[in-house]
Amino acid sequence: MIELKKLLKENIREYGMYIALVAIFIFFTTTTNGMFLSARNFSNLLNQTGYIAVLSIGVTLVIIIRHIDLSIGYIAGFMGAVIALLLAKGISLFIAIPIVLVMGMIIGLFNGFLVAKLHVPAFVATLAGMLIFRGALLLATEKKGSIIVKNRVFNALGNDFIPSFFEVDAFGIKNTTAIIVGLVLIIIYILSEINTRKIKMNYKFEVISSNLFILKLFFTSSVMFYIAYKLSLYNGISWTVVTVGIITFIYHTIMMKTSLGRHIYAVGGNPEAARLSGISVEKITLIVFSSMGMLAVISGMLYTSRLQSASTTAGAMFELDAIAGAYVGGVSASGGVGKVTNSVLGAIVMAALTNGMNLMGVNISYQYIIKGSILVLAVIFDIQTRKNVK
Amino acid sequence: MKNNIILELVNVTKEFPGVKALDNVNINIKKGEIHFLCGENGAGKSTLMKIVSGVYSSGYSGNIILKGEKQNFKNIAESKKKGIAIIYQELALVPEMSIYENIFLGAERKKGMFVDFNEHIMEAEKLLKEVGLKVNVAEKVKNLGIGKQQLVEIAKALREKVDILILDEPTAALNEDDSKNLLKLIETLKNTGVTCIMISHKLKEVTAIADTVTVIRDGKNICTLTGDEISEDEIIKNMVGRQIDNIYPARENKNIGEISLEVENLTAKEQGTNKEILKEISFNVKTGEIVGISGLMGAGRTELALAIFGNTPKYKLSGKIKIDNKEVHFRNTKDAIKKGIAYVTEDRKGNGLVLGQDIKTNITLANLEDLVVNGKVDENKEVEVAEYYRKSLTIKTGSIEQKTGSLSGGNQQKVSLAKWLYTDPKILILDEPTRGIDVGAKFEIYSLMNELVAKGMSIIMISSELLEVIGMSDRVYVIAEGELKGELTEDITEENIISLSVKE
Repeated sequence: MIELKKLLKENIREYGMYIALVAIFIFFTTTTNGMFLSARNFSNLLNQTGYIAVLSIGVTLVIIIRHIDLSIGYIAGFMGAVIALLLAKGISLFIAIPIVLVMGMIIGLFNGFLVAKLHVPAFVATLAGMLIFRGALLLATEKKGSIIVKNRVFNALGNDFIPSFFEVDAFGIKNTTAIIVGLVLIIIYILSEINTRKIKMNYKFEVISSNLFILKLFFTSSVMFYIAYKLSLYNGISWTVVTVGIITFIYHTIMMKTSLGRHIYAVGGNPEAARLSGISVEKITLIVFSSMGMLAVISGMLYTSRLQSASTTAGAMFELDAIAGAYVGGVSASGGVGKVTNSVLGAIVMAALTNGMNLMGVNISYQYIIKGSILVLAVIFDIQTRKNVK
Repeated sequence: MKNNIILELVNVTKEFPGVKALDNVNINIKKGEIHFLCGENGAGKSTLMKIVSGVYSSGYSGNIILKGEKQNFKNIAESKKKGIAIIYQELALVPEMSIYENIFLGAERKKGMFVDFNEHIMEAEKLLKEVGLKVNVAEKVKNLGIGKQQLVEIAKALREKVDILILDEPTAALNEDDSKNLLKLIETLKNTGVTCIMISHKLKEVTAIADTVTVIRDGKNICTLTGDEISEDEIIKNMVGRQIDNIYPARENKNIGEISLEVENLTAKEQGTNKEILKEISFNVKTGEIVGISGLMGAGRTELALAIFGNTPKYKLSGKIKIDNKEVHFRNTKDAIKKGIAYVTEDRKGNGLVLGQDIKTNITLANLEDLVVNGKVDENKEVEVAEYYRKSLTIKTGSIEQKTGSLSGGNQQKVSLAKWLYTDPKILILDEPTRGIDVGAKFEIYSLMNELVAKGMSIIMISSELLEVIGMSDRVYVIAEGELKGELTEDITEENIISLSVKE
């Protein structure tokens, strides 16, 4: 028990995010008579978050290295229109996707070039990009106002779910795949945790007591199972969730486990020290902005696919929602601090606020004011807890 | 006021989470004296001064009695009003502003609604005269050398009436000339009745001008020395709690081998202005040898090190660098690291450590590739590596997961050293390896240097402390104004080094 308390106290920053999320869920579930946590709404919420979450991941890296990218919203909007045009021309999806991804990387690389090589402040460079791509989006959609996408496979990305392969008639489960995927993930999670613990013990490092370890496994597995079960009650796991999940996993692994990730944190923490340690600050900046461009394209694809068309207003305010998500998730503007998983959760928090207040019928004007206040509160909490840890 | 005592500290105790920084400290400061506080890093000197000046307004017990009145300062502004001014080790000037703007920053003189700049300029000129600084008051602070900036800080402190001036390691970043200037100024101030409390690690200057010395160890005041009792040996003995016979440990069985690094006619020109920063410098280091590079700050020592280390984005280089008799070209620091060069910076906070990251992450940063297995950093092995260096360099810390920003100077320097030792260098460049660290840690670093050269490493030590250069080096090169003034192989003495450095 003492160990648990100590663990909670030391990781309050880490858990603060989860506690906030749970509080928001409980609040909206009670105020909407459970409508908020209905299977249908829960599934919707995750899908609505998708395209912002992807941007949040990318911009987390950008903020970690002490820069900012304001152009990502309209890059997403414009590139969403580009792929709609390509598909309308009858180009195969499997050619169109690589084309737009590479284009996105090149756009990001150009932003990075302005920042790293020409030393244009990122705020200015990407503000220019924001204007330029807004114009480009208007040009692309000028003729009809919107570009309809008819490609079924592409539209599935934003609207469809992993189908159910067989039926069971129990507990109201409609989609068995969700349950199976959930169980598989739980097993993988438990095995990898046990493995990590074993290796640590082989090295004779300190590990948490086995009781607490089992409690942690049990708790996390239950949450995972609950989500899987919730999703199985409706249509199951959407392709959007799959996409965001895979991207989150890849970026989390890069940031936490690889030397590239370490180099990104070091450049953010102290660029001079990083340079003297043999890390090319320019190269890292180029990589981060280029990854940002690529993620913006994926965000644009998710959005276009969800609407089954590219519109003139696509991408508006995306960058600000994404940046807000990252800050709620605890990334620090002074550089070197932040986690992609928390930024995704931050994006979910922001989306949950919108979704919940919509269900409650809160006037849109109040919604903005409330969201603004919560953003500031989240950052204050973050700064305060960071101080205490020090 | 009893016995002319202006400031009395009674039973001052302060605790930080987990540590007792100050433990019942009692000190009496006499009016008009120069009172030094000496002690190892982390002994509690700076904390004590922060309490006296109101930076820490609560969370301590004990009394601060100024001129017989008990004080409880809530912030620096209150202590200032009562005549206490403090100057920190890190200067608090705005580089882009002029001298007079800096001096009156936060206390602008006004004429009606607007700032009266003429008044500022006039007053600033008077203050500069007082501190003996002869420059235009409209000069931007960034164009001044660090010694002159220090004087501007003091002028700023003297803006209002000051009874007690506190200086936290004022000469740590100054060269010999600037230090002498500053000490002279302190003595002048003393004669005008200002009481000075100074923190310093440079015992030579302590013995030169101190009226009283209080030694602090582990948060307790150990002893107070006055008059003839003040001597370096006495201070050191009390600081470390034991006698250090020789602060520069002797080296057993020297084994100097072949030339490992040779620099020929290295010239660096600033891009754009074409100003020569380094002029045709040639020198070499052998395996198992410590070569000292002596020179004043701004002589081009750090530029020379960075040129060898491949970090010269602002300069055009010409000349040759040879390692093991093969010419090398470095495009960046990574190339240099690969060839076995390591550079331990003089500015560990500015460009040495990532202060927001923990010890282990800092130690492995420059050689992370060594830990990568299947594309991932092996974190368990990383912990082992960090633990190894924690033990072998005796880094004093609760855990290798402590943030480096919260370590004392000496321990930060050890982390910085560990980081570069982990790259397994053949040639180690140490830039001011013991700046701002205490005697105990200094001794440990010197011993480590001896150990490393005994294993066949080559060490280039850049230092502005002559005694350190003399005590540690096998050979010494003297540079000044970007030029190599000469080499000393025998008779490495203060006189010889100084006479070389002023040679035309």
